Amino acid sequence: MIGSPLEGETLWQIGPVPISSAVVVTWVIMLVLVLGARLATARLALRPSRRQAALELLVDTLDTQIRETMQADPAPYRALIGTLFVYVLVANWSSLVPGVEPPTARLETDAALAGIVFAATIVYGLRVHGVRGYLASFAEPGLLMVPLNLVEQITRIFSLMVRLFGNVVAGVFVVGIALSLAGLFVPIPFMALELLIGAIQAYIFSVLAMVFIGAAVYQEPAAAAGHEPSSPTNRREHP
Amino acid sequence: MNDLVAVVSIMAASIAVSFGAIGPALGQGRAVASALDAIARQPESAGTISRTLFVGLAMIETMAIYCLVIAILLLFANPFVK
Repeated sequence: MIGSPLEGETLWQIGPVPISSAVVVTWVIMLVLVLGARLATARLALRPSRRQAALELLVDTLDTQIRETMQADPAPYRALIGTLFVYVLVANWSSLVPGVEPPTARLETDAALAGIVFAATIVYGLRVHGVRGYLASFAEPGLLMVPLNLVEQITRIFSLMVRLFGNVVAGVFVVGIALSLAGLFVPIPFMALELLIGAIQAYIFSVLAMVFIGAAVYQEPAAAAGHEPSSPTNRREHP
Repeated sequence: MNDLVAVVSIMAASIAVSFGAIGPALGQGRAVASALDAIARQPESAGTISRTLFVGLAMIETMAIYCLVIAILLLFANPFVK
């Protein structure tokens, strides 16, 4: 991809809706993930097979990360955070398939992902605190902070979107430029670096989603008596 | 006249990326150095430190990414070029 990253090419048109290549790649990734998840969890047994043990290790790691970052029971958030992580990871790594451009290199995909996180913070915040409690949490340190907190809700979601977009687009550009300068083996180190960056960005995206949702559902440590307020750095992150 | 806008846009894009990378690079270097220092003092809290470090690095990196996005806007979606 050397063209503009801001306008996608239209593959074909269904009625008034143009279908871009990013949409097709996204649907293929969704299909692969859903079928893979169905196949991987087809025969779960009490005595796990190798495949099931690997899956359990994955879910267990995810649970540990959620518990340590959000300091809450991971069960309500496991599906959302895990899906975000796996999708962003597979989407970033899909650039390895020749001819495929990662859908996260399009601003629309990242905007949709960030929008999901934004909606999730509101939904989980309302579910934990109720309407009054959630609205009151915006005036947390004082009434003066209400405009700042409202602006922060928007800017941190915006920076979440731009971060993923910028990193993936930068990688795609670097690989494309290296490919156009020197042919055969030169782009391979850049592609390896791209794999690393894709994995780190997927991790960061899901950790930030956890931090934002965790800040929305955060309850005062007084509610959990005898549980000292550990690692307050995770609570209120400012972008 | 339109050529001048294109020249200035390309210059501005390269200046934005090059100078916009300096600040985050210094900041990330300081952050990683402090994190390594902290891990060397307290190896048992390496997990928490590295997770917080990753989140902090992502926050710092956002500044460079903003510069990159401005450069991309200047190159591909310039409002002053018809």
